[in-house]
Amino acid sequence: MSAHEDHSLEEGHMEGSLRDYVIGFVLSVILTAVPFWLVMARPLASDGLTALAIVGFAAVQIVVHMIFFLHMNGKSEGGWTMMALIFTVIIVAIMLTGSLWVMYHLNHNMMPMPHDMSQMP
Amino acid sequence: MSYEPVSISPLLGRLSLDSLPLHEPIIVATFAAVAIGGIGLLAFVTRLGLWGTLWRDWFTSVDHKKIGIMYMVLGLVMFLRGFADAIMMRIQQAIAFNGSEGYLNAHHYDQIFTAHGVIMIFFVAMPFVTGLMNYIVPLQIGARDVSFPFLNNFSFWMTTAGAVLVMMSLFVGEFAQTGWLAYPPLSGIAYSPATGVDYYIWALQIAGVGTTLSGINLVATILKMRAPGMGLMKMPVFTWTSLCTNVLIVASFPVLTAVLTLLSLDRYVGTNFFTNDFGGSPMMYVNLIWIWGHPEVYILILPLFGVFSEVTSTFSGKRLFGYTSMVYATIVITILSYLVWLHHFFTMGSGASVNSFFGITTMVISIPTGAKLFNWLFTMYRGRVRFELPMMWTVAFMLTFVVGGMTGVLLAVPPADFVLHNSLFLIAHFHNVIIGGVLFGLFAAINYWWPKAFGYKLDVFWGKVSFWCWVVGFWLAFMPLYVLGLMGVTRRMRVFDDPSLQIWFVIAGIGAAVIAIGIAAMLIQFAVSIRKRDQLRDTTGDPWGGRTLEWSTSSPPPDYNFAFPPVIHQLDAWYDMKTRGAQRPVEGFRPIHMPRNTGTGVILSALATVMGFALIWYIWWLAALSFAGLIAVAIGHTFNYERDFHIPAEEVATTEAARTRALAAEA
Amino acid sequence: MSATILKGSVDADEPVSFYDLDEHEHPEGHSTMLGFWIYLMSDCLIFAILFACYAVLGGNLAAGPGPKDLFDLPLVALNTAMLLFSSITYGFAMLMMQRGRMVHTQFWLGVTGLFGAAFLAIELYEFQHLIHLGAVPQRSAFLSAFFTLVGTHGLHVTFGLVWLVTLMIQIGRTGLIQANRRRLMCLSLFWHFLDVIWIGVFTFVYLMGMLR
Repeated sequence: MSAHEDHSLEEGHMEGSLRDYVIGFVLSVILTAVPFWLVMARPLASDGLTALAIVGFAAVQIVVHMIFFLHMNGKSEGGWTMMALIFTVIIVAIMLTGSLWVMYHLNHNMMPMPHDMSQMP
Repeated sequence: MSYEPVSISPLLGRLSLDSLPLHEPIIVATFAAVAIGGIGLLAFVTRLGLWGTLWRDWFTSVDHKKIGIMYMVLGLVMFLRGFADAIMMRIQQAIAFNGSEGYLNAHHYDQIFTAHGVIMIFFVAMPFVTGLMNYIVPLQIGARDVSFPFLNNFSFWMTTAGAVLVMMSLFVGEFAQTGWLAYPPLSGIAYSPATGVDYYIWALQIAGVGTTLSGINLVATILKMRAPGMGLMKMPVFTWTSLCTNVLIVASFPVLTAVLTLLSLDRYVGTNFFTNDFGGSPMMYVNLIWIWGHPEVYILILPLFGVFSEVTSTFSGKRLFGYTSMVYATIVITILSYLVWLHHFFTMGSGASVNSFFGITTMVISIPTGAKLFNWLFTMYRGRVRFELPMMWTVAFMLTFVVGGMTGVLLAVPPADFVLHNSLFLIAHFHNVIIGGVLFGLFAAINYWWPKAFGYKLDVFWGKVSFWCWVVGFWLAFMPLYVLGLMGVTRRMRVFDDPSLQIWFVIAGIGAAVIAIGIAAMLIQFAVSIRKRDQLRDTTGDPWGGRTLEWSTSSPPPDYNFAFPPVIHQLDAWYDMKTRGAQRPVEGFRPIHMPRNTGTGVILSALATVMGFALIWYIWWLAALSFAGLIAVAIGHTFNYERDFHIPAEEVATTEAARTRALAAEA
Repeated sequence: MSATILKGSVDADEPVSFYDLDEHEHPEGHSTMLGFWIYLMSDCLIFAILFACYAVLGGNLAAGPGPKDLFDLPLVALNTAMLLFSSITYGFAMLMMQRGRMVHTQFWLGVTGLFGAAFLAIELYEFQHLIHLGAVPQRSAFLSAFFTLVGTHGLHVTFGLVWLVTLMIQIGRTGLIQANRRRLMCLSLFWHFLDVIWIGVFTFVYLMGMLR
């Protein structure tokens, strides 16, 4: 873990091969085209199912980009890039779900809907 | 949504002679005093011919030690300003009874409590903490500097630029009257049409850039620059808490940046994020800013937990009790600090399920904090405790902070919070933890590491005077606020109707006066120590019998910190070296690779200050011009590839030989 | 590694060294990639807040136009394609850099810049079209959040382009030296990172918007 071991830029971390880039590109094209098609052509009957599908595709595509374009792995920089990424994902998840949860309950409790308003004196 | 408060001239924006608060006698007198003092200072520096030294050796320096000291000086200057605000509030509240309006009008008073909060958090606590980490961390990990030395200089100057804007608001225009977090809709353009909130926004944005960058810098430094053999679990506790603090900085200051950007869009462009109409939600601002705000609390306190750990272990002459649990407690606090933000607004109305969740997470966070406290106590237990000044501050911290922590747990109970929210009880609570924790910790740190930074100890007599005044003054000033809070008195009040409350405010005012004596004693302590520096001199570099690597080098350390990087075998590396009789190498020196000084940081932040000022006053041409200048200078800087040099081996040999002689003379 | 030999050590028989007398300097920029990655993570949080605002406020139309009235999916698809193409061409530039071919590197960087500029042009056209329809950022919280989120991404792309041009000039002047390679790798991270953000934008803003 000493700072002496891993400081050369030429160790091959964060550098991909042509194969990586091509695989990543082809996968990304597919993973982008399908959700657009799902929304534009609506082959799935329910909106909820479509939404779920495109979120799934987005998640997979993000992972594809991370691996093939950003060359993420558990070893570069002594594992600290992966650690930073995991930490960030956790914090982002807390912020997004937390804000939605807090604000949803706030609106539910504190903001009467317009039709309620009309019944107010 | 267009709201035009005053006419905007194309040349000067909304800046005019009317912007100067000439009708406020207090401010005019302050300005006169500051102007005379400032001119005196400038004349003094000029007479001594110090400008060249200041520029070459300090302002443009990329040495982490000098930048650390400059941060501390910035913190101290701003602390005096913030404390002046505090004492003005205390006097106002102590006399505004029985129909008296006091001596501050509402407009002025509202600016004072806002400025006090903003300055104390952003421009006192943050520079102090950042400066401390900057100075100590590279020394503790056996490094020569931080990972990005230029960025370090730039960060410092951006923080200073923010401070300059806040100070400017005192004499040109006004500061925000919104409270330190500038909640909308009050901080929106409809209710705060003047420049106050804009000063607030741009001061924090510019300083925030510096804080974020210095956070990134120190994280990279700790992860990449440790001396050989220093695994993660061999890092000193202060370095551990600094690592967690800087992770928190990197993972929370962007939130503040984003939220303030949205607020400024609302104010400048007329968007509807936090407005009352067109679908905006002011409560979303409160939600978002506390996602930054709670981690910020831990950013302030965690490094000081590290300080207390170092001090307790050194002055008890023992290895820290429960090092591993201390590290894990710090990490757990780091994560948990992101799960408690709603406890700042239980009363918003998110309902029972949300409030219970955040109430419980808040109470949970007191467990790792409690574990730390027991670790310090067990370190002292059966130790040979030496009650030097740093240790005195540490004991005062333990007694004071526990009370503040307990009242925090009280506030974490949502039903209790519904009663105490926004009352003086809350004010007493957070001053109890910030003064009792952050400030006492800083004073411990200053007394502990001053000999390292300057080569002589601080005067003990005046240190004790300061200590007792601070501790007694603190309890006098803030215990009455707990009582008043329980009686239902809310914060930020300017006048009071109920005369029975006055006695408590008078006691609090006396407490503030005692604290003022403590501050004066501290300044005297510095002055006396500087005068008596030859008597207080320490030539060993290790005046306290320290345990960590910063004590292994000379005081003050040479530019390169260590002639040879130390090799670490276990925790408390310097103690290990001393007990196993490590010999300091006295020959075979090599040239040392060091970063070169640069003035780019000063220029960039000067341009940022101008841009901030122009945006505040709607001087659009100047804003555009200074922005273009910023980009141009930044790009120009990247064309400079020659950023380092080598200290010749002979120079290293000379410096080290002087140290060898000093050590021999001591023995 | 030569060492200060220590005699009569307390608990170890073999000699222990306490100073690294044969120090290997940290090469210049050894922390840069990690530092830049940490910066990207912090930038990620800025976007997280903008996404959170869009998620919370995006439904507040204030009786104004909504996603279905405004978004033009074929245009968004075209835009997405531009960014994807620019990603692979940046990859080619990196491959050429690894082989030390300066001219080829410059060529692919130029192509990347053109795709980036095309992306920005299409985005600006879209914004201009929306504003023409009266769907201005001031109209509703939804539009405020939309313009800010998509615009912030666009600003990042603009900044990336400025950086790209600067780097091309610097490579032209000093060649593929170590410092320039490091900068190219940082920009690579930045550019692909913006691509990842865009996946979030087209999924959550545009595609989900059409489903709301």
